[in-house]
Amino acid sequence: MDTISLHDTDFGTPLRTSETEVTLTIDGFEVTVPAGTSLMRAAMDAGTQIPKLCATDSLEPFGSCRLCLVEIEGRKGYPASCTTPAEAGMVVRTQSPKLAELRRGVMELYISDHPLDCLTCSANGDCELQDMAGAVGLREVRYGFEGKNHLAAVKDTSNPYFTYDASKCIVCNRCVRACEETQGTFALTISGRGFGSRVSAGESQQFMESECVSCGACVNACPTATLMEKTVIDAGQPDHSVLTTCAYCGVGCSFKADMKGSEVVRMTPWKDGKANEGHACIKGRFAWGYATHKERMLNPMIRKSISDPWQEVSWDEAINYAASELRRIQTKYGTDSIGGITSSRCTNEETYLVQKLVRATFHNNNTDTCARVCHSPTGYGLGQTYGTSAGTQTFKSVEHADVILVMGANPTDAHPVFSSRMKRRLREGAKLIVIDPRAIELVNGPHVKADYHLQLRPGTNVAIVSALAHVIVTEGLLDEKFISERCDTEAFNSWREFVARTENSPEALEISTGVSAELVRGAARLYATGGNAAIYYGLGVTEHSQGSTAVIGIANLAMATGNIGKEGAGVNPLRGQNNVQGACDMGSFPHELPGYRHVSDNATRNLFEKAWGVTLRADPGLRIPNMFDAALEGSFMGIYCQGEDIVQSDPNTQHVTAALSAMECVVVQDLFLNETAKYAHVFLPGASFLEKDGTFTNAERRISRVRKVMAPKAGLADWEVTVKLAKAMGYDMPYNHPSEIMDEIASLTPTFKGVNYEKIDRLGSVQWPCNDETEEAGTALMHIDHFVRGKGRFIITQYVPTDEKVTKRFPLILTTGRILSQYNVGAQTRRTENVRFHDEDRLELHPHDAEELGIQTDDWVGVSSRAGETVLRARVTERMQPGVVYTTFHFPESGANVITTDNSDWATNCPEYKVTAVKVVKVMQPSKWQEEYKTFNDNQIHLATDRVIGAALSAGK
Amino acid sequence: MEHNNNLIKMANDIGAFFEAMPDQQQAAKDAASHIQKFWESRMQKALLAYIKTDGDGQLKPVMREAIKSLN
Ligand code: SF4
Ligand code: SF4
Ligand code: SF4
Ligand code: FES
Repeated sequence: MDTISLHDTDFGTPLRTSETEVTLTIDGFEVTVPAGTSLMRAAMDAGTQIPKLCATDSLEPFGSCRLCLVEIEGRKGYPASCTTPAEAGMVVRTQSPKLAELRRGVMELYISDHPLDCLTCSANGDCELQDMAGAVGLREVRYGFEGKNHLAAVKDTSNPYFTYDASKCIVCNRCVRACEETQGTFALTISGRGFGSRVSAGESQQFMESECVSCGACVNACPTATLMEKTVIDAGQPDHSVLTTCAYCGVGCSFKADMKGSEVVRMTPWKDGKANEGHACIKGRFAWGYATHKERMLNPMIRKSISDPWQEVSWDEAINYAASELRRIQTKYGTDSIGGITSSRCTNEETYLVQKLVRATFHNNNTDTCARVCHSPTGYGLGQTYGTSAGTQTFKSVEHADVILVMGANPTDAHPVFSSRMKRRLREGAKLIVIDPRAIELVNGPHVKADYHLQLRPGTNVAIVSALAHVIVTEGLLDEKFISERCDTEAFNSWREFVARTENSPEALEISTGVSAELVRGAARLYATGGNAAIYYGLGVTEHSQGSTAVIGIANLAMATGNIGKEGAGVNPLRGQNNVQGACDMGSFPHELPGYRHVSDNATRNLFEKAWGVTLRADPGLRIPNMFDAALEGSFMGIYCQGEDIVQSDPNTQHVTAALSAMECVVVQDLFLNETAKYAHVFLPGASFLEKDGTFTNAERRISRVRKVMAPKAGLADWEVTVKLAKAMGYDMPYNHPSEIMDEIASLTPTFKGVNYEKIDRLGSVQWPCNDETEEAGTALMHIDHFVRGKGRFIITQYVPTDEKVTKRFPLILTTGRILSQYNVGAQTRRTENVRFHDEDRLELHPHDAEELGIQTDDWVGVSSRAGETVLRARVTERMQPGVVYTTFHFPESGANVITTDNSDWATNCPEYKVTAVKVVKVMQPSKWQEEYKTFNDNQIHLATDRVIGAALSAGK
Repeated sequence: MEHNNNLIKMANDIGAFFEAMPDQQQAAKDAASHIQKFWESRMQKALLAYIKTDGDGQLKPVMREAIKSLN
């Protein structure tokens, strides 16, 4: 097992970078550091750890505890080393009898108001107060507990994941600063004065009642047991630690899994992780309990029909049954009658294997991944304009942005750690443009305000982007030099002519977008002239009938203003799930082999044919929605679905369930009996990210390791299951370890040529493209001197209103989204204490609409569209604009996707989740769908709990 | 039947993107290539079969052109 040190070195103050270096003497040793470095950090560089309490290297120094005092030759007094910058020629002493006396005095005061229960304290062994008492040689405490103290303070246990024990607080302010600087929520303050001062959440509220979003930054920063993870209180201190990567969102935070044997005690964000730099959000930090949840399905099961009870069987029986069924279907309905789908929650190695299974063993290209329903338009749009399907920057690049444009994304909820990094830059003064139908948190957050909020009508992204382009072109704001050097001239000229037309002016488009022309003009000027301008966008851009067009439009804007190929700029898709980028890279799409090479490309196909020893098909396969259509038509009858819950996550649920019901063999591999598994004939238990080795690729193209910290609970890691299935279908995939799968990927994919486990282990992570032409760790910034496709290609983006229009019957627009504490279909987060933050999906609507419809918060409302109807509880909020309602889809019974339609992006069939015309009425009972769902669901759970253990079914119907 | 209508709609959605291009001959070629690159053969065949029996009247002009080169 690859373990790493449990405790990271704390340098006391943040790393400074500077062109100038200064050399000074500390305790007789010369040390050279970048200008601006604190004496405390310089001393660490020289090998000396100065005692400290209020300083830690993730936070700006504060200088309150007075423990870190030093002597400087020629200066009076005893300055704090954490707040004093190193200067050239300084002569510093960190130890002297006087310093020792002063420090002991400070410690004595602290300890006199601190419970002396070290032996039974949860931080025992991991407490800086304890360490410092030892370091300063504290031997006696002259002031007893008779004086005023806080020992009887009441513990706040309201947060499900950590406690606040005020009696142990030393008022070092680290938590307050962590909440401000690291997280950007400003939930904590020091209330009271002098001796009476204490940390308090909000206005002396319990943590759960406050603004706290449970990111855990304060817990991490706290030097004592005051803020402490409940899991550590329960289990005690960890005994070893393994580096791994969060399995939730596309930020891809690095974590140390702090372990006790094979039990996870805590997930600590890794400070050297480049995606997160030591920060985390509630999901990755705390919501991992699902991995050991009692509802985990740990045994393979099969059944002939979905109305039969499940039969628990051995792995071999289940896999042989699946293999023989899939082959039987192919014999009966043709080679193209089966396919496979992976989830972006799977590792690169797993998704690679599934597409290999489909192409090499099923002999077709019917492979797809859930990126189909989220970022496939990013692949198309950026591929067409720049030549590659990926974000252009690292997250760190946002530190250099002067203007940040956030479009159709809500990073506060969906990409929290990146949001924290972005907000830090905004607090430093970067300007912000938000393009979103909702007033998302960034528009008016703590210490962050949008300079422009273009609150457009859902479905008008392309109109807004064209209007912005119009202003840039007609007001002379183009970066002509960049365009003439870097972009295709003919394409640019057509584009310029197109966007300059009056019909694309903000004034002309105002009626469609609902955004005042003045605002659009202001935003365009700011974007084009405000310095480095970076675009971050999300599913609010892609999940539309014109998703791909909007991505192209965004790419045009960046080229037009020269905001590509430099720090602080670029075009950055915020990927939804952890491995969306990776799943796309790995050739999961039906038209592409790994590395985005079309299946019709002979050279690429020959390469894979030789390596895999099979003949490959040159024609594209079915995409997920096409599979459903073909199933209903009777020509697609079997599917292998790894880790993806298509019934809950894909649009128009009733269409999806009808398609699955029409199939003869549905194989589901998952941790839980998810919604899709209720339509399955073979259930193969999945392994959580804690139970397997592999890699994830985040939105920065950063490839990081997922490491096994415990044995797979069901006996096999997911990749091993795919290997077995391939073998049962007559194809050998002889791998001993996922590292060998990555070696194969690297040998067949030029952009991955330099990727291997040894290198990732050594460097922490690498970013593709990573090969002989790049740095060892790959490519941080893309398209520096030229675009991947050569010249950048401007493409005309004509705004075409969606067919999903409001009518008399369906007068409102529904748009869907996510919230912080829940993740996607919620299969994982619903099985954690995160439900305490969000326990049901609500329909949000504007007070005007609510009044007109006679609806109040908490009322049950029926929401219907041409696809279906469901019932949710209402929340009336000003965040919505009139005419637009909003919900999330984290809970299956809310049936958000019963209402969404099969309208989709013209280029990729990515569903139009963000625009559905609906009717909303106050109701008293659940919808018909919900009633049917309840009956069906109860029955399916019953068929699983009452499963028969034993004899395998024979294949064939 | 519903499936065929859906294919026509999908083809016209593609057409709506390409009909804005200045060179319509090139646009028809690009639209055809899009279908070849992204549509599985069952979908291509179904669309062609539908047009054979019901004509291409429902298609946008640029798609009518595009479809010709798929034959
Ligand atoms: S958990 Fe995060 S949001 Fe909550 S108080 Fe701590 S730092 Fe602030
Ligand atoms: S709670 Fe912890 S970090 Fe915050 S002031 Fe008290 S001791 Fe310091
Ligand atoms: S969910 Fe995203 S932001 Fe939160 S810890 Fe995981 S990767 Fe980081
Ligand atoms: S560590 Fe420097 S004053 Fe507290």
